[in-house]
Amino acid sequence: MSNLIRNNAIVNDDEWITVTLPAGEEVVRKQAGKVVMFKLTGEQSCTPEQIAATVIPASGKIIVPLSVWLVRKDELAPRLAKGELGIWLATHEVLENLIDAVDDINQLPIIAVFVERFADGRIFSIGTLLRTRYGYKNELRAFGDVLRDQLFFLKRCGYDSYLIRADRSAEEALASLQDFSQPYQGAVDETQPVWRRVQR
Amino acid sequence: MYKYDEIDQAIVDQRVAQYRDQVRRFIAGELSDEEFRPLRLQNGLYIQRHAPMLRIAVPYGTLSSRQMHKLGDIAQHYDRGYGHFSTRQNLQLNWPKLEDTPDILAELATVQMHAIQTSGNCIRNITTDQFAGVAPDEVIDPRAVAEIIRQWSTFHPEFALLPRKFKIAVSGTKQDRAIVQAHDIGLEFYYDDQQKMAIKVWVGGGLGRTPILGSVVREHLEWQHILTYCEAVIRVYNLHGRRDNSFKARIKILVKALGIDEFRRQVDEEWQHLKDGPNTITEAELARVSQYFTAMPYENLPAHDAGFDSAIASNPAFAAWVKRCVHAHKQPGYRAVSLSLKPHGKAPGDITSEQMHVVADLAEKYSFGELRASHEQNLILTDVKLSDLYSVWEIARANGLATPNIGLLTDIICCPGGDFCSLANAKSIPIAEAIQMQFDNLDYLHDIGELELNISGCMNACGHHHVGHIGILGVDKDGSEWYQVTIGGKQGNDASLGTVIGRAFAAEEMPGVVQRLIEVYLRERTDEERFIDTVRRIGITPFKEHVYAKQEEAAHV
Ligand code: HEM
Ligand code: SF4
Repeated sequence: MSNLIRNNAIVNDDEWITVTLPAGEEVVRKQAGKVVMFKLTGEQSCTPEQIAATVIPASGKIIVPLSVWLVRKDELAPRLAKGELGIWLATHEVLENLIDAVDDINQLPIIAVFVERFADGRIFSIGTLLRTRYGYKNELRAFGDVLRDQLFFLKRCGYDSYLIRADRSAEEALASLQDFSQPYQGAVDETQPVWRRVQR
Repeated sequence: MYKYDEIDQAIVDQRVAQYRDQVRRFIAGELSDEEFRPLRLQNGLYIQRHAPMLRIAVPYGTLSSRQMHKLGDIAQHYDRGYGHFSTRQNLQLNWPKLEDTPDILAELATVQMHAIQTSGNCIRNITTDQFAGVAPDEVIDPRAVAEIIRQWSTFHPEFALLPRKFKIAVSGTKQDRAIVQAHDIGLEFYYDDQQKMAIKVWVGGGLGRTPILGSVVREHLEWQHILTYCEAVIRVYNLHGRRDNSFKARIKILVKALGIDEFRRQVDEEWQHLKDGPNTITEAELARVSQYFTAMPYENLPAHDAGFDSAIASNPAFAAWVKRCVHAHKQPGYRAVSLSLKPHGKAPGDITSEQMHVVADLAEKYSFGELRASHEQNLILTDVKLSDLYSVWEIARANGLATPNIGLLTDIICCPGGDFCSLANAKSIPIAEAIQMQFDNLDYLHDIGELELNISGCMNACGHHHVGHIGILGVDKDGSEWYQVTIGGKQGNDASLGTVIGRAFAAEEMPGVVQRLIEVYLRERTDEERFIDTVRRIGITPFKEHVYAKQEEAAHV
C-alpha cells in the first residue's frame, strides 16, 4: 500500500526516487547569505564530502537534494533536460537558492519539501512562495513528518502531493483534506477570501 | 456584536468534528502525546497540574447574555461551578475532563463560541480596549476590524505552526488600554490628515522572560491593507524566527536580532508582493462587518439624573462604588460599569456559575444584552442608564460583584500560579489574597488611590508583572518559593517596565512589603500624584531604603 497522496487520491505508481545524502558527521553550520545573522538555529547543512558521496541512480526519475544540484549541476543537467529530475529542499534551506539555480522553475516536473518535524510551519510559507511569488505550476510534494492533521493547511499552501509518514495510514489522511468547506482567508488553492467568493 | 452567518457557523461546527476525531485518535493511541499537543493547544486545551485546562475564546472581550448563560451552564455541568477570566480577555475552565472537551466545544458552538487558537503557536485571540465603542476618548471603534482580523487569522494555513504564539492587539483610543506595545503586533488606529482611517503598526512587543516594548514598524498604514501587511510581517517571522529554543522564538527576538530597520526592510520587500492582493479588505466587507458594531439604540437622555444624584448624596457606599466602578460614556445619560471580580480574599478573575448567570441577567436587563471582559480580569456592562445604576449596584452587591476597588491596589492582576500551573516557580493567588486582606479597609484603599499591582508566578509573565506599578514575580530559590518586587512599571501610551528593588522576599513578608512601599508613597506624594507618578519623580531609592531598612530592623529584634 502506497503512502502517497496526489491530487486528492492515493497513488500506487510513484515513479520518483528520492535521493538522500549519505549520513555525515554532525556538523552544524550557519547558513550563508541574508539569513546569517539569525541562523542560530543549529540546523545542519551538509558537507562537500556528503555531496560528493551522494549516490545518484543511473536511470529513472530522481528527486535530488538542492545542495547536490547546486554542486553537481553539470553532471545532472541532462537528466533535467529529459524531464527526469526534480529537486527537494529542507525547510531550513534558502528557497531563493533553488530559484536562482534553475533558469525556469517550471523546468522542474516536481519540487519536494522535507519537513523534519511536523510542527515546523516554514513548510507552509515555502509552498506559498513557490506558487505565488515564483509561479511554480508542477507537482509540489511534502515529505518527512507529514501527518493528516496538517494536510488541510498544506493543501491550502499549494501542495498537491503528500507522502504520509510511513507508520500512518494515507487512507485516513485523505479524509482530512476536506476538513473545512469554506475557509475564511484567501490562500494558494482558493485565492479569494470568503467575502470575495460568496455574497455574505 | 458580530453575529455568525452560515459560513461562520460551518467553520466552528466543522472544527468540533475535527477536534472530536483528534481526541478519539489520541485516546485510542493513534496520536502520540507530542502529535496531539499542538492540536489540543490550538483548541485551548492545556494539560496542567491537576487536570486539563480549557481556554475559551472571547474575541476582543465581547460576550452576549446568551453566551454568558451558556458559560455558566458549562462551568456548572463540566467543571466545578466556576471559571476564570484571564488577562487576555478569555475564560478558562480549570477542571474539565479531556473526554468531555469535544462536548464542551459543541455546546459553545451553539452560541457562536469556540476555543480556536486560544493557545499554541499560532495567531491568538485578538484583544482590545474593554470600552471599545463607548469610550469618550475613542477616535475609532476597532471592533469591526478586529472581527475581520479574527476571521482572517482563523485557520490561516500559512501561519498554522509559527515558531511561537502570536498576539495581536488593536486600539482606537487616545489613552491606550489595550497595551499595544506589549504585543507581537499592536495596531493603533487613527484618522490621518486626509481624514482616512489609518493604522500605526507596532511590532515585537511582549512580556514573558524577555520583556520588550514594541517598535513602530510602520507609522501610516491605510486600513484596507491590514491583512496583507500582517501577512508580510508574519511571513518574515515564520521563515526566520528561531525554532530551536522556545525562549528565543517570539518575534521580539527576531526584531531585536535584525534591528527594526532591517526588519522593516524585509517586511516591505515581502509586502510589495502582497499589497493590493485578494486579502485587501474591501469597503463592502468593512461595511458588512461594521453593521454589527453600530451604536446601541440609546434613548435621548439628559446628562443628569436627579434620582442618581440624590442616591450618591445619601448613600456613601453607593457613592464609593460609583467613584471606582462607573465609567464615563460617549452617550449622555449612560455609563459603563465594571463588575469587580476582585472581592478581597478570592482568586482574582474567578467567577462562579451563579455569578455568570447574574451578570448575564444584568446585561440583558440593563445593557442591551452585551458585556465585556477586560484584561484586568473584570467584567463590564457597557451601556447602563444613569437612572438604572442604583438597581445594578444593589444586584451586583448582593452577588459579590460590587467591590469598589477598580483601579485600586486590590484590583490585582494575577496569573493562576503554582496552584494550577505546572510552569510556576511560586504560588500567586495566595499572595494576591493576603495583600487584599492587608488592605481591606476601603477608606484607606481609596486614600491610596489608583495603583496597579500585578503578580506572576514565573517569568512567563502571564500576570503582566513588568507593567504593574508594583510587580510581583515568583522565583525559585533552592526549591522554595520567593517573590521579587519591581516598581515603576506602567501600561498605556507612556508604558514602562518596572525596576527590581532588591533581593526577593518570602511569601509571608509580602503584605508587609507592599505596606511599606505604600508608606513611602503616602509620605512623599504631592496632592495630585498617583503612586506611579511619585515613583517616577523620586526614583526607587527611597522605596528601597524603607523596605529593606525595616527588614534589617526586624532581623535585629
Ligand atoms: C495555567 C496555565 C498557563 C500556562 C501553562 C501559561 C503559559 C505561558 C507561557 C509559557 C508564557 C510565556 C510565553 C512567552 O513569553 O513566549 C505565557 C505568557 C502569557 N500568558 Fe500564560 N499561561 C497560563 C495561564 C495564563 C492565564 C490564566 C493568563 C491570564 C490570566 C495568561 C496570560 C498570559 C499572558 C498575558 C502572557 C503574556 C506574555 C506575553 O505574551 O508577552 N496565561 N503563558
Ligand atoms: S506566569 Fe508562570 S506561573 Fe503564572 S500562569 Fe504563567 S506560566 Fe504559570
